[in-house]
Amino acid sequence: MSGLATALHALIRRDVRLVVRHSSDVAHPVMFFIIVVAVFPFGVGPDPALLSKIGPGIIWVGALLATLLSLDALFRSDFEDGTLEQMVLSGHPLTVLVLGKVFVHWCATGLPLLIATPLLGLFLGMTTEVQLTLLAALALGTPTLSLIGSVGTALTVGIRRSGLLLTLLVLPLYIPVLIFGASVVLAADAGLPTAGHFYFLGAMMVLALALAPLATSAALKISLN
Amino acid sequence: MLEARAISCVKGDRLLFDDLNLHLRPGEACQVLGGNGTGKTTLLRILCGLSLPDSGDVLWNGLPIGQDLGRFQCDLAYIGHTNGIKMDLTARENLAFSLAMQSASAGPSIDDAIAKVGLSGSDNLLCRLLSAGQRRRVAIARLYLTRASLWVLDEPLGAIDADGIQDIESALEEHLSRNGMVILTTHQSLRLGQGSVCTVQLSN
Repeated sequence: MSGLATALHALIRRDVRLVVRHSSDVAHPVMFFIIVVAVFPFGVGPDPALLSKIGPGIIWVGALLATLLSLDALFRSDFEDGTLEQMVLSGHPLTVLVLGKVFVHWCATGLPLLIATPLLGLFLGMTTEVQLTLLAALALGTPTLSLIGSVGTALTVGIRRSGLLLTLLVLPLYIPVLIFGASVVLAADAGLPTAGHFYFLGAMMVLALALAPLATSAALKISLN
Repeated sequence: MLEARAISCVKGDRLLFDDLNLHLRPGEACQVLGGNGTGKTTLLRILCGLSLPDSGDVLWNGLPIGQDLGRFQCDLAYIGHTNGIKMDLTARENLAFSLAMQSASAGPSIDDAIAKVGLSGSDNLLCRLLSAGQRRRVAIARLYLTRASLWVLDEPLGAIDADGIQDIESALEEHLSRNGMVILTTHQSLRLGQGSVCTVQLSN
């Protein structure tokens, strides 16, 4: 195995291990997600037709806010204990290491959201077909959210209590994902073709996958300066 | 060979240092002296390529370090004022990670490094449970794992007891005798037998 592959493997293993040892912290965003979605029917009333109509939107907004909530942890502890410096000084391309970190972050926050979604879909009276479309849209959308979020987190990691600033930076970039992610489900519900929406979600993910690590590693170097 | 040419640094509206020159050949050590807040850490970070100087150049083997930062940093071991270890990993896991992050797959074993810093009994405890001095020892253990020729150490002796300081001194001497280079800051007096120790004085 080449040096970079060894380093990436070690980084992913280390982060997974830290996630397991911090499982209560990691469960926080997904618990938030479940609570937000579960509380909605109490607020708008138990009308099945209404709930199945606004359900996908609720789930998307919940997923977006849960991701936002989890972002600060992405680089914060590495920045504070000096392991980020060691990573930058390792001589490996930081973009690749960043990608590894974002991948573990998505596995710890995005993936649990996907797993919780079928249960919540049932809760909101969605049909199986709508649920599958929603799941596919979330599978394409949540990695994009993590990747875009990593740029904002890297820019604000040097600032204490950066939550509000991070939200202001990242939220505008999240809106397109939310729009296409929610509208694909509405289209599926209305029996319209959904391919176009999926292409857009896919394109956004590929774009974020290609560009976000570059921006994130540059921002991290600025934050360390 | 590490060389700093006329570097200067401004923090806020304060000039930390100006027109600072530094020359370090293989087998030489350099101690950066100065009171608190005189820019010792900043200088070390500039020499590592973590921060940029406001003017001047840092050269490694005659080339500006920015030209091939990756290669320069493969030759560099840095211990900052933070330990760079994860509190929720054990000493052994932290060192295994550091070893895997190194580009050159070196021969030294983690067991040796742990024994040399005197953590043999507690290498499977989470670093959260170790004392400040023991955590510093975990960071120092990285020096026994690296093949880097340039060591940049920011207060390596902080929180370390007399025995530990002696161990670190002998590790530094051994590194210098292998034609390594060391730049460090410390408030303790350091006894390095052979080899010349130059000093850089920073002042307010």
